[in-house]
Amino acid sequence: MEHIVIIGNGISGVTAARHIRKNSDKEITIVSAETDYFFSRTALMYVYMGHMKFEHTQPYEPWFWKKNRINLKKGTVSKVHSNTNKIEFSDGQELSFDKLIIATGSKPNKFGWPGQDLNGVMGMYHKQDLDNLEKYAPNNQICKRAVIVGGGLIGVELAEMLHSRNIPVTFLVRENSFWGNVLPKEASAMINKEILDTNIDLRLGVNLKEINSDENGNVKSVIIAETNEEIECTVVGLTAGVSPNVDFLKNSDLEIGRGVKVNRFLETNIKNIYAIGDCAEQHKQIGYRKTTEAVWYSGRMMGETVAQTICGNKIKYNPGHWFNSAKFFDIEYQTYGWVWPKPKENEAHFYWEHKSGKKCIHINYDKNTLEFIGINTFGIRMRHEFFDKVLTEKNSINYVLEHLADANFDPEFYKLHEPEIVVKFNQENNTNIQLKKKSWARIFSV
Amino acid sequence: MKTIKKSGLLLFLIGLTIFTGTIFTGSFSLTSDEFGSFIKEKNYKNELIKDELQKAVVTSENINIFEFSSRVRNAYKVSNEHYEALINKYDSEKNWTKKGEQYQYKIYGKPHSLSFELAKIAGAGFAAENPILMWFLTFGLGILGALLFIIPDVILLGKPGIKNNGIFLNAATNRGWIGWFAFVFLVGFYILLYFYPDYIVNWVYLVDSISESINGNLASQWFLYGFLYCIVMTVMAVRMYIKYRHNKYQILRTTSVLFFQIVFAFLIPEILVRFEKPWYDFKNAFPLDYDFFFKWNLDELLSSGGFGLFILFWGVVLTIVVVPVMVYFFGKRWYCSWVCGCGGLAETLGDPYRQLSSKTLLSWKAERIIIHSVLIVVLVMTGFALYTFFSGDDQVMGIKTQSIQDIYGFLIGAIFAGVIGTGFYPIFGNRVWCRFGCPLAAYLGFVQRFKSRFRITTNGGQCISCGNCSTYCEQGIDVRAYAQKGENIVRSSCVGCGICSAVCPRGVLKLENGPEKGRINPTDILLGNDVDLMKLVNDKN
Repeated sequence: MEHIVIIGNGISGVTAARHIRKNSDKEITIVSAETDYFFSRTALMYVYMGHMKFEHTQPYEPWFWKKNRINLKKGTVSKVHSNTNKIEFSDGQELSFDKLIIATGSKPNKFGWPGQDLNGVMGMYHKQDLDNLEKYAPNNQICKRAVIVGGGLIGVELAEMLHSRNIPVTFLVRENSFWGNVLPKEASAMINKEILDTNIDLRLGVNLKEINSDENGNVKSVIIAETNEEIECTVVGLTAGVSPNVDFLKNSDLEIGRGVKVNRFLETNIKNIYAIGDCAEQHKQIGYRKTTEAVWYSGRMMGETVAQTICGNKIKYNPGHWFNSAKFFDIEYQTYGWVWPKPKENEAHFYWEHKSGKKCIHINYDKNTLEFIGINTFGIRMRHEFFDKVLTEKNSINYVLEHLADANFDPEFYKLHEPEIVVKFNQENNTNIQLKKKSWARIFSV
Repeated sequence: MKTIKKSGLLLFLIGLTIFTGTIFTGSFSLTSDEFGSFIKEKNYKNELIKDELQKAVVTSENINIFEFSSRVRNAYKVSNEHYEALINKYDSEKNWTKKGEQYQYKIYGKPHSLSFELAKIAGAGFAAENPILMWFLTFGLGILGALLFIIPDVILLGKPGIKNNGIFLNAATNRGWIGWFAFVFLVGFYILLYFYPDYIVNWVYLVDSISESINGNLASQWFLYGFLYCIVMTVMAVRMYIKYRHNKYQILRTTSVLFFQIVFAFLIPEILVRFEKPWYDFKNAFPLDYDFFFKWNLDELLSSGGFGLFILFWGVVLTIVVVPVMVYFFGKRWYCSWVCGCGGLAETLGDPYRQLSSKTLLSWKAERIIIHSVLIVVLVMTGFALYTFFSGDDQVMGIKTQSIQDIYGFLIGAIFAGVIGTGFYPIFGNRVWCRFGCPLAAYLGFVQRFKSRFRITTNGGQCISCGNCSTYCEQGIDVRAYAQKGENIVRSSCVGCGICSAVCPRGVLKLENGPEKGRINPTDILLGNDVDLMKLVNDKN
């Protein structure tokens, strides 16, 4: 029986394993150095915050793996021997495979800052980072202040985590506005405000120069490059993005760029070896997507796809319309389609903000054809299916605004803002779009 | 703010301590006059019990409730044993006439309930003599302290939003020592309430005047319970209003359960009593209201004229028509988390414990076996009851209807619904009864699962498997198992509390009533991936 070995028990590897099991009887082994069982990486923050226990982040009970005949092996893979179809572990053990899927995810970026390996410096990516944080920042007695370096999604999560234990946080962000390289400035400003309102010491447009140590090799302070200001702290969170976790493959025959190079079938340059998830790097961009995508959903989709190929139904990785989500303290964010920080030449942005300063939407559309290109929504939940259909059918922004009530996904009895949104668009564009009443028939196309 | 919170806790604990301590206070005895009128009212035909009771309770001694209870129970026991001995004697002598005569002298009733009735007259001491002052020192301090503990959260919790910080780091909400203490306290309370009402007679004094003003009579332990229930729900509803102040669904739902508890379960039935009508809770549907078809209840309703007939009619229509039709349109949530009293307590007092319900597959299996067994038992029992009512025969196939009713009342009505159902909140989560025991929930569950417009919609492919939804599901549903497959949640046990949707960080879940078509939508490949792949794989299902 064919033996499929998967390195990495994250969402990509586990999705691949589940789908291979659904479609075949192949022997499956998942290898991980991190944890015994699959857990939701995005939920680590909630363990530290006390919303959940670590067990709650595990989507499957331990019996699941045995029942589905998926072998779990704990160990660190040090080498891949593609000529003999074997992987080698750091303790010298070997494991043979017929097909190998590399799904090793990412690791936090470190840009060679002086002091970046001191005690108390950590990323927030692995289970071990969580354990580390629990050790160095269990409360605000032991951790008087933490400094977070890097203003992305993990950075803001780490700020929320530390804040939940009343630990003062200084948050260093390179951009002039939080996530300013992704969000249009209005939305970005809203998140700046949300962070500041939570009493996080947000510093925009600054870089880390170095991390200083005390006599025991623990973090003592950081120095800001621009001002040479010294900020005393005992924990430093490095959250300046992630990069593919592929160092162990550097001396193998696999073609490595930033990540493991793969074609549209998620095949590497070596037959029978595949790479999926954060660690895979496409040769060419797919649509506007980046060649490496450290996104939960992309990992899951690659897992779904590669399983088909491995089970004999060779199929291209062909992700659908872009979508993503996040949460910035109390403000939820969803996006469907593409909204750039600044509209491209043929594009225009429509922006609406609620008077509370906690909700807003950005719609990006083609100013000539009025085709809807994408939406960012903050503080209002929207229906994935609605926008997926709109994008597929290339509907106009007028269509979207007319049917905005169908798109709303907020809990029942929530105040609806659609009329206000449509009025604003009409005023700005001299149009006469009429909001239609929510229709189940349209929502479910029955 | 923290100081206010801490002093609130202190006041609450003082109130609770005084409340608990009250049990042990007071002295109990009857004057000859009081005793005389009690006996007259009871109209006992047997002289022995009069003597025995008189010896036991007409005294100038200073005896506490436990001693008092023991003496009273002993008096009844001596009397009953005397006549049982005579019955046995005449039986062996085959003197049937004499034997038959003895039965009228036996006194039936639970010993602690008989003792409660006497104790209610016999009490003296601080609680009995200063009920208003003591009310303020117990209920008053408890309410004030709890509110002072709860209200600072408006500030302390931070801005409106989901703030479950520290729940699993806290001994009160993570089965720590505080949780176990609360468990012991609640279980103890229910055991006293159901089985040793005489021991808590001092508490009942505290609500006598409230009872009189509503229903015109002195309070029973059940009035005390109903009153306490409303107070606890109201105070804990304030907590809900603060915790979920950003979520209108939670605000409205909390208001609704509170309204139905106070008005329908408490005020209306008590006021009915004032007008000498049967005590009836118009929202309490059979089979949760398991004794609705018992002979004694039917007899009472039929003898209460047009009003009794109306209740009888309403009770039947409620269960057969109103409940399922509403479940079809709105899901069982309209009852379980908007109307029901058990649900109401679970959603207010129980909310801090919702994360403790077990999500394992094993517990789901156990749940289905147990809750459906209770439903079957209640239906069989009701069959017996109706047969007995119509035929007059007190047994079916050699099994006494009364025995089945007694066993159900004890095991399910008292132990399961009360002692376990509420007492176990701090350990097994707040819906133990609703999830494992309630026969009405089982019935509504069938309708919800197979013929309803209700579902929790999963928002395409947005789930990140974080597990907040499953963790905070009080019914122990592994919500994530569906959400991470892009599949709607259509489960018979879902009571539609809406917390999964509230705690979801990515806006994935929404409680909706929509067309039945497409309500159940198993998927393998989630929205967002290749459309051809989705079609290929999902259409196989």
